[in-house]
Amino acid sequence: MTTAAAAPVADVVRPRRSGGSRRSRVGAVPSKATGAIVLVVIGVLFAIPLIAMTWFTFQTVGTGAFTLAHWAAILDPAQASTYSDLFAGIGNSLILAVIVVVIIVALLLPAMLLAELRYPRVHRVLEFVCLIPITVPTIVLVVGFVPVYQVVQSVLGSDPWTLAFAIGVIVLPYAYRPIQANIGVTNLTTLTEAARSLGASWPVAVWRVVLPNLRRGLLSSCLLTVSVVLGEFTIANFLGQNTFQTALLLLQQTDPYVATICAVVALLFVFALLVLISTAGSIRRPRRKKS
Amino acid sequence: MTSTAPSPAESLVVRGTPVSLVDVVKDYGSGQRALDAISLDVHPGEFVALLGPSGCGKTTALRAISGLETIDSGHVRIGDQDVEAVAVHKRDIGMVFQSYSLFPHMTVAQNVAFGLRMRRVASADRTRRVQEALDLVGLGSLGERFAHQLSGGQQQRVALARALVTRPRVLLLDEPLSALDAKVRVQLRDEIRRIQQETGITTVFVTHDQEEALAVADRVAVMNAGVIEQIGTPEDLYLRPATEFVAGFVGLSNRLEGVLEHGRVAVAGQDLVALPNAVQDGPVAAFVRPEDVLLAEEGLPAIVLSTSFLGAQRRTVVQLEAGSALVVQHAASERPQPGDLVHVAFSGRPVAVAPLR
Repeated sequence: MTTAAAAPVADVVRPRRSGGSRRSRVGAVPSKATGAIVLVVIGVLFAIPLIAMTWFTFQTVGTGAFTLAHWAAILDPAQASTYSDLFAGIGNSLILAVIVVVIIVALLLPAMLLAELRYPRVHRVLEFVCLIPITVPTIVLVVGFVPVYQVVQSVLGSDPWTLAFAIGVIVLPYAYRPIQANIGVTNLTTLTEAARSLGASWPVAVWRVVLPNLRRGLLSSCLLTVSVVLGEFTIANFLGQNTFQTALLLLQQTDPYVATICAVVALLFVFALLVLISTAGSIRRPRRKKS
Repeated sequence: MTSTAPSPAESLVVRGTPVSLVDVVKDYGSGQRALDAISLDVHPGEFVALLGPSGCGKTTALRAISGLETIDSGHVRIGDQDVEAVAVHKRDIGMVFQSYSLFPHMTVAQNVAFGLRMRRVASADRTRRVQEALDLVGLGSLGERFAHQLSGGQQQRVALARALVTRPRVLLLDEPLSALDAKVRVQLRDEIRRIQQETGITTVFVTHDQEEALAVADRVAVMNAGVIEQIGTPEDLYLRPATEFVAGFVGLSNRLEGVLEHGRVAVAGQDLVALPNAVQDGPVAAFVRPEDVLLAEEGLPAIVLSTSFLGAQRRTVVQLEAGSALVVQHAASERPQPGDLVHVAFSGRPVAVAPLR
């Protein structure tokens, strides 16, 4: 018996495909005109409420005449006490944003790197845990948080910053996804192995090779975290804390004009964050040396 | 006027270091050992290729040398030092990976300088050595580019320069050519060999491409199922394969079943002189290279199944009347057509004879 190993076979006739010249448009890149129409429609959809809200802030009560009084009121030192809760709420929200970002960078990122580089079997579990909060309504989470926070408050006090632990849970899906997407398109395993083979210890490999290549995902994650924290209402309200959103609700009942101004500014701020996210990754670093 | 500056290769010359694997075992717990007590000695300055099919353990062996893979038992020696307990970054190795591994956020020059920075080489010396390493791989003018601005071949050249610039004790190449197209692969293969010979660095090269292994290596270790089947020069492997697996894996061969008697193998009535090995008389499998089979006027009758033009030669698959297929390599001037009735004869002895199992 003989075996002809790997012999190339010639004279192979392949069946010809019929209708090969027809190209499907399904999945094709839209034309420039289509893109422009979509962009304009969506732009108008978003712009109309913003413009209406902004227009509302320039109207006088009753007459509807144009006025800058509502905008000036926020900046008027004489009325500072009127809006003190609002400013305190903004301050609390910003502090919360910083703490939650620190939690993400200090806990979630290392956990994801360990799962990617050292313990791939944990990867699925970590993903599952991080995505759970998006499937559970916040109000349900809050019901669970209430008894937990009775303990937290007895240990750490009832300062607004303690909300960071609860909000840190609900931002997990938003923080996890951008980092994971970045990891998915970066061959971190090979890059770290290359760095280590060149003499870098684990910490140095992570600092000099991994983190610079996760910059886009990490930045997106942090900005999304900030926008979620600034928009969070349910947890703060049910746990009785003063944040930007809870203060805004109270202000709405007494001064809807200033509340609307704050809402417009907050929306523009989040919009700016999203623009920053989308451009962050396309920024080509290095300045080139002139020869 | 003559220049006294050393060539790039001279400045990167390293003293070859011996590398040894001694009874190395690695078991992932999948039922079969990835490395089953393999031993391998690589001499100083030698270029050894680990060749084998996917999953045979060749990459695991390489990673055991690098330290990227821990071993269950045995010893890994670089120079006169057992390095099982030495961390990867302290083993003083250079490594080129199968997938592109340049750091995307760094320029080519910064990539090459990375290992030198880790060793705290002074800036001026670093700049000079980076340029020399890039000159060595023919990319001296591309230091300011980023990885995404390079072709695959250029990226692997940079990876090679990056691995060599630190003057490591051993260079480990993990299928560095497999992602490249055929033409670039051959060019870079020859370049790797040239650079290895110029620098004198001990090199272990993993590949599943036998042509690649035979073309560049001083010795080739053929691996299968976690063991080394044979270690030898490319000629040894091709002309004197030690096992049935090596005979089948290295080069094309026809496996012919026959009977060994008094040093001759009878196959379908034709006599083949057997190799003087220790196989006892009885039923055997003989391995005959396609170039040792002729299309002749007389011999075993066969029908041509297919034929392929290879340039100077042609490879034809024939079906013996006995029922089995046979590959024949012959001059391109002979043009058998599928369906032709031909005769085949054997012009050489089998490269290996193994007892029939």
